[in-house]
Amino acid sequence: MSLIEIKNLCHRYSGQEVLKNIDMELKKGELLALIGPTGAGKTTLLRLIGLLETPTSGRIYFDGIDVTASGRVRLEIRRRLAFVLQKPVVFNLSVYDNIACGLRWRGQRRGDIKEKVSRILEVIGLSATGNRNARTLSGGEAQRVAIARAIIVEPQILLLDEPTANLDPISVAKIEELISIISRQYKTTIVMATHDMSQGQRLADRIGVLVDGSMVQVGDSRQVFSFPRNRQVAEFVGIGNIIDGVIAASKAGVVTINSGGTVIEAISDYGVGEAVSACIRPEDIILSLSKTKSSARNSFTGQVKEVVLAGSLARVEIDCGLRLVALVTKKSADELKLKSGHRVCASFKASGVHVIKRN
Amino acid sequence: MTEIWSGFVRAIELIISLDPEVMEIAGKSLMISVTSTLLASLICLPLASLIHFNRFVGKRLLINFIQTLYSLPTVVVGLFVFVFFSRAGPLGGLDIMFTPTLMVIGQVFLILPILLGLIISALGGVDRPLIDTAFSLGASSFQAAVIILREARYAVVAAIIMGFSRAISEVGLAIMVGGNIKGFTRVLTTAISLETSKGELELSIALGIILLAIALIVNLALNRLQQR
Repeated sequence: MSLIEIKNLCHRYSGQEVLKNIDMELKKGELLALIGPTGAGKTTLLRLIGLLETPTSGRIYFDGIDVTASGRVRLEIRRRLAFVLQKPVVFNLSVYDNIACGLRWRGQRRGDIKEKVSRILEVIGLSATGNRNARTLSGGEAQRVAIARAIIVEPQILLLDEPTANLDPISVAKIEELISIISRQYKTTIVMATHDMSQGQRLADRIGVLVDGSMVQVGDSRQVFSFPRNRQVAEFVGIGNIIDGVIAASKAGVVTINSGGTVIEAISDYGVGEAVSACIRPEDIILSLSKTKSSARNSFTGQVKEVVLAGSLARVEIDCGLRLVALVTKKSADELKLKSGHRVCASFKASGVHVIKRN
Repeated sequence: MTEIWSGFVRAIELIISLDPEVMEIAGKSLMISVTSTLLASLICLPLASLIHFNRFVGKRLLINFIQTLYSLPTVVVGLFVFVFFSRAGPLGGLDIMFTPTLMVIGQVFLILPILLGLIISALGGVDRPLIDTAFSLGASSFQAAVIILREARYAVVAAIIMGFSRAISEVGLAIMVGGNIKGFTRVLTTAISLETSKGELELSIALGIILLAIALIVNLALNRLQQR
């Protein structure tokens, strides 16, 4: 049975529709990442699940209980979940008191609280700061306190809103590790909003893509990142190559897409005449200096327009009738001596092309 | 100028010698003002939280109205209390006219708007995410109000200091519903008023200085509370 079930959820803020007909289910122990551009409605959805707001319409069921009902039930349910807000706000109290407040509100014994707080301070690596005023902590430390404060109450559901926004890479790594521990060891059900797709990919069991208030796609990371449902998702997950065309021929599941005279072969069920977009991930494009014999059905020769280095990778833009973007390792870019103006051959398999219907 | 100086010297003398009459008057002033401030705070803390945390039609208007009452003259409050509690008034049966009890009641009404308005403002100064955080960690409405009041403690204590200052320094209400009865309802302000009219300027100045000294001590005590 689902721990959370959301049915036809809509929410408006001063007349503006922020969430539209959201349907979603969440199983016990699952980590769902909500990704989507800024303003897509991720925070609002978390606030509704966290019972900080009441939806304009629709229902949220928690363990089968309709939490859109008011009063006592809401407090009881609220005490079974915890929410870490995007901006790590701490009370003007000591680190210890900040972490203990949730337990105190639940009427736990002083001795138990002391034991639990000391234990969690160790987990988040802040044992020495227990007596310090939480307002004097750094951003990363405050975020760790905020997460500790939430998980100490052993919530069934943990809601995290952009838990690593505005943090340095070391703090990000520490927090991701903490989230991973909470999810794997404590089997806590987690819903996490993030605009960092790779973070979603690293941590989540499933990913939900929110665009303009609609849940456009929910699936595991492979489904979302390699098989986006539509152009919005494809653009957001960084498909890199979205080529518009029309299906010119179809035979045994292999289609030929005509895009302004250039022909791409792909695996798809769409029929002839259908307006489609071919999505090719930059890392699925192989570059070579000349046409080589390979199983790749698509092979184009063109001129390198730009090479941009990003860490150990190189992003190569090629003009071969189509504008293609490929991602290769910096090492192979060096070996191929890729520079703008050089000629290069780009090839990709028909199975590396994901075809989506154009609206 | 010499009067101020001799008033100052007299005040020191009166304090050091623990002059029984002055001590009685000062004690009464302190007792009445502290009691009324305490009662008004007990009413205003939950009431301000209730107004701040709930959304309702006319909320802005209500707050504007409360703020308007900041300028309520003490004699007007005195007049209303007088009308209600005098023998012929609707609450005349309680028979508390010209007693310290009625002075406390009057002062509660006097400082209620200022305390309420300033505590609402104090709560408004607390960041919304802090309130959300309290609720998201499982606080009940009462528990959330307590922690948010604690967050706003500087401004809340400032509001209480303001209320106390208005209570201990007012004179119109104290005369109208207290009657300035020696040994019973005479407080520092009514005594100053009386002594000045009698031409006892030195004593008046001395009493004024004692009043300020009491206010200073209470403020210091409240400031200690603020920093905890």
